[in-house]
Amino acid sequence: MLRKGLILAALGLALVAGSAQAATHPEEPKDVHWSFEGPFGKFDKEQLQRGYKVYREVCSACHSMNLVYFRNLGQPGGPFYDPKYPNPNDNPYVKSLAKDIQVADIDSETGDAIHRPATSADHFPAPFPNEPAARASNGGALPPDLSVLAKAREGGPAYVYSILSGYHEPPAGLTVPPGKYYNPYFPGDLSSFWSGPHDKVPPGGFISMPPPLTNGKVTFDDGKPSTIQQEADDVAAFLAWAAEPKMEERKRFGLGAMIYLLIFTGLLYASYRRIWRNVAH
Amino acid sequence: MSGHSTYEPKTGFERWLDVRLPIVRFGMDTAINFPTPKNLNYWWTFGAILAVMLVFQIVTGIVLAMHYVPHVDYAFASVERIMRDVNYGWLIRYMHANGASMFLLAVYIHMFRNLYYGSYKAPREVLWILGCVIYLLMMATAFMGYVLPWGQMSFHGAVVITNLIGALPVVGDSITTWLWGGFAVDDPTLNRFFSLHFLLPFMIAGVVALHIWALHVPGNNNPTGVNVKSKEDTVPFHPYYTVKDGFAIGVFLLLFGSFVFWNPNILGHADNYIPANPLVTPAHIVPEWYFLPFYAILRAVPNKLGGVLAMFGAIGVLFVLPWLDTSKVRSMRYRPTAKLYFFIFVVACLVLGYCGGKLPDDPVIPGVTSFSLLGSDLNSFVWLSRVAALYYFAYFLVITPLLGLTETPLPVPESISAPVLSHPATAPAGAVASPEKRG
Repeated sequence: MLRKGLILAALGLALVAGSAQAATHPEEPKDVHWSFEGPFGKFDKEQLQRGYKVYREVCSACHSMNLVYFRNLGQPGGPFYDPKYPNPNDNPYVKSLAKDIQVADIDSETGDAIHRPATSADHFPAPFPNEPAARASNGGALPPDLSVLAKAREGGPAYVYSILSGYHEPPAGLTVPPGKYYNPYFPGDLSSFWSGPHDKVPPGGFISMPPPLTNGKVTFDDGKPSTIQQEADDVAAFLAWAAEPKMEERKRFGLGAMIYLLIFTGLLYASYRRIWRNVAH
Repeated sequence: MSGHSTYEPKTGFERWLDVRLPIVRFGMDTAINFPTPKNLNYWWTFGAILAVMLVFQIVTGIVLAMHYVPHVDYAFASVERIMRDVNYGWLIRYMHANGASMFLLAVYIHMFRNLYYGSYKAPREVLWILGCVIYLLMMATAFMGYVLPWGQMSFHGAVVITNLIGALPVVGDSITTWLWGGFAVDDPTLNRFFSLHFLLPFMIAGVVALHIWALHVPGNNNPTGVNVKSKEDTVPFHPYYTVKDGFAIGVFLLLFGSFVFWNPNILGHADNYIPANPLVTPAHIVPEWYFLPFYAILRAVPNKLGGVLAMFGAIGVLFVLPWLDTSKVRSMRYRPTAKLYFFIFVVACLVLGYCGGKLPDDPVIPGVTSFSLLGSDLNSFVWLSRVAALYYFAYFLVITPLLGLTETPLPVPESISAPVLSHPATAPAGAVASPEKRG
């Protein structure tokens, strides 16, 4: 009886077709291939170095990265890892990168607020002292912290890449509010800003971040041409590393653990066959 | 089955200890010599897998608790500190987070096995009820554990679930306030969830001990559902089932490892890597996958209190299942009609899980609009979950009681050994192509 009901319901659905009330969804992130995909994937060190430069020269003007420390840059798997310096705090390159950045501190003698050059033990300083200051400088929008952003969005680094490289002119019929930018990869619902046909609402949403990257915005030290795509690709890879700095360690450890488990399980199976060989079951 | 002890102390010390604290006898009787039906299949290995997972969760959890800070301002950062700065912290935390999923996956398989082979029937009702208690405790533990990283899903999930209690008439609001320790989900809530999340696993371990005790009185059920008749039907637990369970544990750990090492975040939700913000609600609040079927049942009922009652009822009905089933035959191997309804039940549970992860008003078949019923389009996930939820309850409350009275079961074998020996694939032992050569 119940099955008959189910069949009837399915038939009803199949027969009564009408026009769809489309809820708007953003475009799926672009299909990007990363060096760190798959069980054997590793970060591309040169890409991370370029990505750090994009972050430092562009993103860090508005975005904090409070969970990332300069020492992380010199860790195994990090952009500036040097096997000569197993303690990343000693890595001279990391030290000199840190030294160029000023961080807030207090004078240990007088207690006065001061600025001093960062050390490898400092985390990346935030561009704004607090949330209201960040909002005030960004038209009311809060630039999110980038430390784990690549894990905090569906699509991960591909989403980051798609947002950064996906800005384009809004389609005719879309009214973009002042201080906002159209991005087909950003989640949102544009129905109320759309004057075109009801079932043709463009995908995506309005983002408060102006297009941050332009061709040639950053000069890469390795001579790579700095197109928007290249910059976006590199900084997305850098954010993927920042979100998961132990990824290489995880995969290396995992490979050993899985091989061990596979052999161990195989031995157990052989023992099982042997122990049970005279039992009919 | 468990009455007669075959242990004989061999050394002087064992004899001395045996009359004072017969712990060696206890261990030998329960884990070594315990007579176990020889026809248990791989579905029976999930008990041992669950025991291993419980130990994993407790051990990794205790280490995590050494580094975790249960405070709204520090919880998120402390979890990330474990991932970034604690030696092998990423391993411990990913094992714990994915371990919860694996633990619940194993428990669901264990429960479906139980339903299929009728293991809940007399004389194993108490064993089954203790299992249901463990399951409830696991759900509470998993829910509170998910709150601890204090991400967006943690926070808003906690808000949604604790608010459900508020649907209870008269006392609902007071109980919610009492659970929260205030007037919103906040620091006191996080603190008590941490405390309870630490406590409940040890309660689970306690009930597991009772569960195993209750198992060892009647002994294992088996795929035929026929009682053990003679010594010929059984083998000692060790080495026969230690090795079979061991192999299954190995396979399960390979699955577990593939999540931990290669896809540690795939079972979670990206929003939980955004620190909790009470002022920003995520577009789509969903629980972890293992709660989705119950979430779908909750949303299937248009009335909030009704939804809460249906959700808890879906678990509550399990407790009385032994008395709802009227069939004398345990195993569905000999109940072809029941088997069919059972597989529809499994599909209904999977459909509920699928619906739980979708927006209720989204169409099941895209681009098709039918007609509106009870405020929702018929072609929507809310209606699909209504159909599946109806089947879920009908399976326990209507189909199971009626089937036992109306169906004609197939002939049940005389004993466990009878079908085993007549099975064509396992004729006399010598005829099997020497398996030891392959090992």
